[in-house]
Amino acid sequence: MRSGSRPAPDGAARARLRARVSRWLFLLPALAHLSLFFGYPVVKNVVMSFQEYSVTTFYTGAAPFVGLRNYTTALSADAFWRALLTTVLFTAGSLAGQFVLGLALALFFHRRFPLGGLLRSLLLLPWLLPLVVSGTTWRWMLDTDSGVVNQALRDLHLLSSGIPWLTGTSEALVSVILVNVWVGIPFNTAILYGGLQDIPAHLYEAAKLDGAGRLASFRHVTWPLLRPVAGVVLVLGVVYTVKVLDIILVVTGGGPADATQTLATRSYQLSFQQFEFGRGAATGNVLVLVSLAFALVHLRADRRARNS
Amino acid sequence: MNTAVRPSARRITALFGTVALVLAAAGCGGGTGSGSAGGKVTSITALDYYTDATEHAQWGERLSACGKAAGVTVEHRSVPGASLVPQVLRQASSRTLPDLLMLDNPDLQQIARTGALTPLDRYGIDADGYAEGIRSAGTYRGKVYGLAPTVSTVALFYNKDMLAEAGVAVPKTWDELRTAAARLTRPGRYGMAVDANATFEGTWQFLPFLWSNGGDEKRLDSPQAAQALQLWVDLVRSGSMSKSVLNWTQADVHDQFVAGRTAMMVNGPWRISAMDRTENLHWGVAPLPVRRLGQQLLTPLGGEVWAVPRNSSEARQRAAARVLACLNDPANMLALAEQYHTVPSRSSVASRYAERVPSMAAFVKSVQGARARTGELGVKWPRAATGIYTAVQAALTGEQTPEEALRHAQRIATGS
Repeated sequence: MRSGSRPAPDGAARARLRARVSRWLFLLPALAHLSLFFGYPVVKNVVMSFQEYSVTTFYTGAAPFVGLRNYTTALSADAFWRALLTTVLFTAGSLAGQFVLGLALALFFHRRFPLGGLLRSLLLLPWLLPLVVSGTTWRWMLDTDSGVVNQALRDLHLLSSGIPWLTGTSEALVSVILVNVWVGIPFNTAILYGGLQDIPAHLYEAAKLDGAGRLASFRHVTWPLLRPVAGVVLVLGVVYTVKVLDIILVVTGGGPADATQTLATRSYQLSFQQFEFGRGAATGNVLVLVSLAFALVHLRADRRARNS
Repeated sequence: MNTAVRPSARRITALFGTVALVLAAAGCGGGTGSGSAGGKVTSITALDYYTDATEHAQWGERLSACGKAAGVTVEHRSVPGASLVPQVLRQASSRTLPDLLMLDNPDLQQIARTGALTPLDRYGIDADGYAEGIRSAGTYRGKVYGLAPTVSTVALFYNKDMLAEAGVAVPKTWDELRTAAARLTRPGRYGMAVDANATFEGTWQFLPFLWSNGGDEKRLDSPQAAQALQLWVDLVRSGSMSKSVLNWTQADVHDQFVAGRTAMMVNGPWRISAMDRTENLHWGVAPLPVRRLGQQLLTPLGGEVWAVPRNSSEARQRAAARVLACLNDPANMLALAEQYHTVPSRSSVASRYAERVPSMAAFVKSVQGARARTGELGVKWPRAATGIYTAVQAALTGEQTPEEALRHAQRIATGS
């Protein structure tokens, strides 16, 4: 057994090395995936925003470096600031609606009742439909003259004419927010429902013994324990909502009169309709920065929550 | 015709277009057709946006027939309208462009500018005898890069029964249009419908009003342009036209017309086959009204041009050019025009066609004066087009007066 004890330190070093290598090997697929499918496009987009990138570039590959010019022209346009404001309103409105309704539904389904599970799974339906399909359907439903929404309101004698859901400059933004709320409810409900499941039942029993009513037990038991999950839902919600493109493009196309033009649709328009890829990229990067800021907020809040 | 043909599909496929370009960044390449460089060319590839099943099959047959005459087989592929340009850009950067490429005419100059296309004169093909509009759309820096067998434009479609019942004659001037539209409006029905969408399609429908009144995309803040925009505003204000036009595509406008919810509409001849299939719809078509009699009607030119992209094999380019020439020969022009209710782009063939198909006479007449959207501004057209639909939207919503809206449009167009 002497020979067995001698190479021990050597063997340990090799084992340590192998452990370290295998750790990296496990990371490799993820790293390759991240750098190829996230890193490269992001870097490319940043580089593009400093270049005069036109249709010609695709063939010749020549994209002259123009410094900050794309940013100055993109940021100095009135339309940019208007789009930024619309993006903020759209995001805030969507999040408020999605979160409140999502939480209400999650609380509702948290109570046990017949067919609860079935109904809960049906609630996921908006999530399963392709956005282009649901967007087109909403566009038809919200038509001023022949849409089913106005028809129903008229039949209920709630209004005599029709609300210009998609063609009024102030109504259109409300409409796309409503549609986006509808799309986002399943996500909010699903995650918040999961959070509710994690709250131990005995806490509620204890609260009951202490004489807490429904409201008090929500305030002092449910909400404090749900807060980390709620934080995740909200931050992810911001990241998902600031970049919404398809719904707006299908429902209003950014109109009427740019009333629903967000940074995402503007960036799309600059790049793919006006072929000004540089300015489109610059606008897109502002969006990336906004998302990044919220992601950092999320990470910090997460860390603080875990430390406390 | 693209702006024109599959409009609601445009918005939707626009999304896929984005996806396509994102994938392009990830470097997914497409395959090219067979036939080795240098050796004898046996097959070439062709790309267009005729994705509709019947249309795709019909074009496939025509390309095969022309390929046969040119001694090659044609591998035919179609992608949705809005993803064609992103697809072409992707193929241009990876040098995998098809041998024969179809483009919507306002996009041709953009692609020609990249250097990815070959001028057609080197194959002995010229644009002599073609209507001026299509020739200018296919020309970049004095060289012809693309030719369209047939072209189209927009006109005024009307429901004969509704006009007869209201005792209204087909309007020839804007004033007549205002009165006719008002008199044709009933509960649940509008007198007039246009596409005033926030897309290039909305721009395309506004152009005949702008141009015929002497307006110009180089100077959008002119009184003539304001008068044209005022006409649309009046139609909406008076209730003769739904405010929903702000969100309607040309397909929606067509649906409204076919459903009897509007008595007149601006649309193109590619809708004719669908209208013919609708029972109890007696429709007529006339040139669009002008502000006052005697003004020359100027409509935008629609239609797809075919081009020969640059590639490494001269032989393949020549084969593709032979197919292109065949598509543009008088016999094919006539056949295509009859098939799709469009107008042959050679003037002599067009007049023969007008005699043969009298119902197309309104379009043949309009197309003769049709102007290419890129005729004046060339590659700067997309900016002006964005300005125009933005102005239309701002004026119709009442956000701005037509004059203010057009001043803003001019700023967008010049990028200041």
